[in-house]
Amino acid sequence: MEIGMLPISASKRGKLLAAGYTTLHSILRTSTTHLARDIEVSESEALEILNFATRSSDLDKSSGSNANVIHGGQTAWDMLNEERFSSLITTSCLDLDNILGGGINCKEVTEIGGVPGIGKTQIGIQLAVNVQIPLDYGGLGGKAIYIDTEGSFMVERVLQIAEACIEDLSEYSHHFYKDNQAFGVKMHPNSILENIFYFRVCSYTEQIALVNYLDKFVTEHKDVKIIIIDSVTFHFRQDFDDMALRTRLLGEMSLKLMKLAKNFSLAVVMLNQVTTKHIEGSFQLTLALGDSWSHSCTNRIILYWNDDERHAYIDKSPSLKSASAPYSVTSRGIRNSTSSSKRIKMV
Amino acid sequence: MVLAGNNKESWFRGQKRKMANKLINQLGLPKSIANIFTARNIITAKDALSLTEFELMELLDVGMSEVTSAMAHISELVCPPCQTALLLMEQRVRNESLAGHLPTQLKGLDEALCGGIPFGVVTELVGPPGIGKTQFCLKLSLLASLPVNYGGLDGRVIYIDVESKFSSKRLIEIGTKSFPEIFHKKGMAQEMAGRILILRPTSLSEFAESEHDCGASRQQALGWHVSFIKSLAEFSRIPIVLTNQVRSHVGDESLMYSFQAQSRSTKGDIPVTFDSHLVAALGINWAHAVTIRLVLESKSGKRFIKLAKSPMSPPLAFPFHITSSGIVLLDNDGIEMKGPEISTIHCQGQNALFNLEMAGH
Repeated sequence: MEIGMLPISASKRGKLLAAGYTTLHSILRTSTTHLARDIEVSESEALEILNFATRSSDLDKSSGSNANVIHGGQTAWDMLNEERFSSLITTSCLDLDNILGGGINCKEVTEIGGVPGIGKTQIGIQLAVNVQIPLDYGGLGGKAIYIDTEGSFMVERVLQIAEACIEDLSEYSHHFYKDNQAFGVKMHPNSILENIFYFRVCSYTEQIALVNYLDKFVTEHKDVKIIIIDSVTFHFRQDFDDMALRTRLLGEMSLKLMKLAKNFSLAVVMLNQVTTKHIEGSFQLTLALGDSWSHSCTNRIILYWNDDERHAYIDKSPSLKSASAPYSVTSRGIRNSTSSSKRIKMV
Repeated sequence: MVLAGNNKESWFRGQKRKMANKLINQLGLPKSIANIFTARNIITAKDALSLTEFELMELLDVGMSEVTSAMAHISELVCPPCQTALLLMEQRVRNESLAGHLPTQLKGLDEALCGGIPFGVVTELVGPPGIGKTQFCLKLSLLASLPVNYGGLDGRVIYIDVESKFSSKRLIEIGTKSFPEIFHKKGMAQEMAGRILILRPTSLSEFAESEHDCGASRQQALGWHVSFIKSLAEFSRIPIVLTNQVRSHVGDESLMYSFQAQSRSTKGDIPVTFDSHLVAALGINWAHAVTIRLVLESKSGKRFIKLAKSPMSPPLAFPFHITSSGIVLLDNDGIEMKGPEISTIHCQGQNALFNLEMAGH
């Protein structure tokens, strides 16, 4: 029923129903004073309820117009136009970028999972550096938030990757702008490190609190273009007896992250661990946190070993085809795989 | 280097609980809403954050906007402080020896690890029995206690000897052979050895204070230990090194994902080999939890120490042998291993044993 739509407390709702106000229309017909008297609340509270009711019904009235029929809704055409200008963050591996349609998408939540040592943290750090590639070089010139839940963020490695990135950019600019000195890359590895905001999370309560706080943080730091959570799993794997509660908390957290991605046009990358599951008579690898969690992200990439090579597989995506691409982890970061025989495989 | 004394345990407990257990009425919320929280038995920040906002709205009987603003306020206070990667690096360079590394004095390994065993994280040594894990630990203990000008940390060491393998005689032998200048000085051996404290728990529960009751499953107990050890390493910024055992892993079938299984089945039968190798104990959760994993193995009559998991190192394997002065690398360049080979653990003796068994059937 319509009263249920109003964002008011349960007891106020109960009072409205008890006093006979079962529809929005009935509330709108009355005045603040009458309403206050009928349901025994103060006049200001009654006014607040009336305002909520007015807002809700206004939206019903404008059903004739085309845009924003329902609050927060958007037509597919508008979305298409937006998506065309969506920004992408390169992974530094051409094959991987190709199956991703150019790179990691801002405005979307991407989950990346794999066994220990496959390169999840490596990709996380590479993205935290690549988001900072200046606009002149086709990058976003943005900043990164790195949420470390396991203590796997090693500063030495970030420095290695940052230095390699600057070297690559210099080589690129030297190649294309041989005569033009002005295009020399003025970035210093320290400035790359400075643009990575780092949070060390030690419990699931801190993790939830931080995700809640990010809305305010990103509002104050509008140039943040990527949030990396390494790993989203760790604190939710221990300390939880009540699995149903865990599912609800994870669900709320992922909704908040999706909202952040959409509202601020940034990429959210969640790194996940693996676990074994008994399916169809045998044990198989699967990403952790359960079945309901697997619905929480927009895109899901699984990193795995294929013989001696690291591969990434697009397990789930509304817009990308299921495909697999090889990549490698080098001293300079994530790069193309060196073997020439195995290229992108369409599944 | 390591906090000594009786208060360290309570200090660490305090650290872990500090943030999450702040009382709601001490967080500066408007009195009215703080009272409502308390009235509904939501006493600490952790209690509030352990419920979804919708659940809170129902439970507290207030509107969504009030819940959201109260939770925003609480979250801002509970969430960890913001740093930058630059700040972290500068702190380490400024405050710590070699920017937070304990050199192992094995040149190739130290180079690969950007200086040595890193502070603040858990480094695991895993390998079959007798391969040299304890020898490595003895050497590290010594190295940590050495004065800074000899490449040490001039610190104290806590050696938790679960399997009663610590040998002080061997420790002194390693010290005398590796650092004769120090150890032949009067009283130095005593000083160095005096900095190493050996704890011999008769059972794990003796030194690990557990918040869970004894009925907790092994996974849960392990999970708690993982968090505790990692927090310990991080808050005190010390290196924590531990050894792990191995168990056998029979057959060629490694675990796969469901999408891999589909493509495998079309390839036809894979010949089953009897190549048994070993895997680290404690499973995949534990493998995720350690930051650095050094695998010690024996293959083709040689021993290797491999960087099986390390965020900042290439996948190198260094041949080594054990001398009177401890572990010595035979080659400082290392061999780069391709693929998951870096993580497999070989053991000569084990293979032979297994083949004999199979032949018997």
